[in-house]
Amino acid sequence: MSPLETRHLQHYRATLALHRLSDGAGRPLLLLHGLGERTPERPPAYLDAWPGAVWGLDLTGHGESTVPVGGGYTAEILLADVDHAVAELGEVTVLGRGLGAYLALLIAGARPAQVHGAILFDGPGLIGGGVRPGSAWIADLDAHADERSPDPFALAELARDVRSIDYATTYVHLACAGSSLDAPICVSTVSRPEWLTAVVEEQGVLDQPLLDALAHYAAR
Amino acid sequence: MAGPVPDPGSLTVVTATPAAAITYPGAQRPARTRTVTSNGLDLAVYEWGPVDGPAILLAHGGFDFAGTYDVLAPMLAEHGWRCVSWDHRGHGDSAHAHLYSWSADVRDAFHVLESVGQERVVLLGHSKGGALMFELADACPHRITHVVNLDGLPSRNSWPDVAEHERTRMVASELTSWLDHRRSLVGRERKPGTLEELADRRGRMNPRLDPAWLRYLVPIGASEDADGWRWKIDPTMRFGGFGPWRPEWSMERMPSLAVPVLGMLGLELEVMGWGTRPEDVEPYLPPGAELHPLEGVGHFVHIEQPRLVADLILDFLDRRRDR
Repeated sequence: MSPLETRHLQHYRATLALHRLSDGAGRPLLLLHGLGERTPERPPAYLDAWPGAVWGLDLTGHGESTVPVGGGYTAEILLADVDHAVAELGEVTVLGRGLGAYLALLIAGARPAQVHGAILFDGPGLIGGGVRPGSAWIADLDAHADERSPDPFALAELARDVRSIDYATTYVHLACAGSSLDAPICVSTVSRPEWLTAVVEEQGVLDQPLLDALAHYAAR
Repeated sequence: MAGPVPDPGSLTVVTATPAAAITYPGAQRPARTRTVTSNGLDLAVYEWGPVDGPAILLAHGGFDFAGTYDVLAPMLAEHGWRCVSWDHRGHGDSAHAHLYSWSADVRDAFHVLESVGQERVVLLGHSKGGALMFELADACPHRITHVVNLDGLPSRNSWPDVAEHERTRMVASELTSWLDHRRSLVGRERKPGTLEELADRRGRMNPRLDPAWLRYLVPIGASEDADGWRWKIDPTMRFGGFGPWRPEWSMERMPSLAVPVLGMLGLELEVMGWGTRPEDVEPYLPPGAELHPLEGVGHFVHIEQPRLVADLILDFLDRRRDR
């Protein structure tokens, strides 16, 4: 089974695959996969009750999206990937797994008028590189000979991507300042790395199980 | 599938004013050029001085290119040093990449270092290149003999000290502007202009530098086609930015260095400078490190005062053979 539709978005030199997994009336839900994952071919069962269409974005270096030459990944460039999907779909609710959960927080803060609720859920890459840089290290991977997806540089670099607490909470403040929702972010994870513990303590952030979070934003 | 990566070498460039036609006192183009491939990405590498001399690896600053060492490197090469520099990814004649990051720049630097041979080398960097070399030195202590930092010591001072609500507003504006920029990039090129216009534009960010030097740089860092001259730097790059990084994290690499360290600070505040003061640096200096605050000199210490800077470096390398 394949997605109902795949659109290709041009983010400068990268082509991003945006998949439509299901139809529905109402606000679409944008699914962001975790580190090393790709958009699933079908919507996960926990999205059965979501009233709108379900879309999923393959991030740079993942799935059917471009695998770049020579690495250089940051969460911010993937935020710009997500922003291209938001530009394509209009107002959305975002559900992110792992790395995608961090990106859901960033896009909620960056485009608060277009992101009507961001749900942060467990998945690969949730922790990132911690709240401070680790020991100096060079990811010298023999990864240029082919275009493997997921890109080994994505796996190496985004596993060390620093997620400092004040940076993460700044995005909560941005989301609250620009959203029409009282609580534009919901943390539905079991794992709570330091950045996420700080996020969930902020005003305007719900702490609810995934199905409750989906029902909450579907009703608003 | 990877998208096309432009190969600067494949562009048709009509050079009405060849680089050789513009000279600057003391400036010499590199004696040798070559390409180093960093995980598939081609980097333009340049060398001055004897190929069998002890090596200094020189890293340029952000928005610069290796040609900005055209005065300093020959002064060091005259004393037998093999000076090796490269255009960072997306800068000068190196390939434009899909992605740019600090860790990618460090990795590219490592590949250039590897191309120099297995002898230990001196690392030297200006501005961003200085901070980059701290990180490379920290990652490869077995490959280095000395570290020289030219006004590349970021501190908390480099971060605006503003109230939280004000910072949130600044980040919002920066973020929206950057994302809008990313959305508008397809097909974008740098703005063309005459050679004089490009020199003038650069002068706005480098107001203390000699206009003749800025004109000298244009045929090196820019290419000319029917529309005029354009800086070669990737049009995705822009000033400002945001991210989780804190400037002092680079400084925190310094205390771990076991090799002799020489730092210089240009004390004149200017647009590209970082405003770091000697007292911001001193707590981070490893034992035996030397710090020279330079009065009356701006951020581009090696361009404003090449003789002074070269002499400080040569004296340091001569005296500090305790490697």
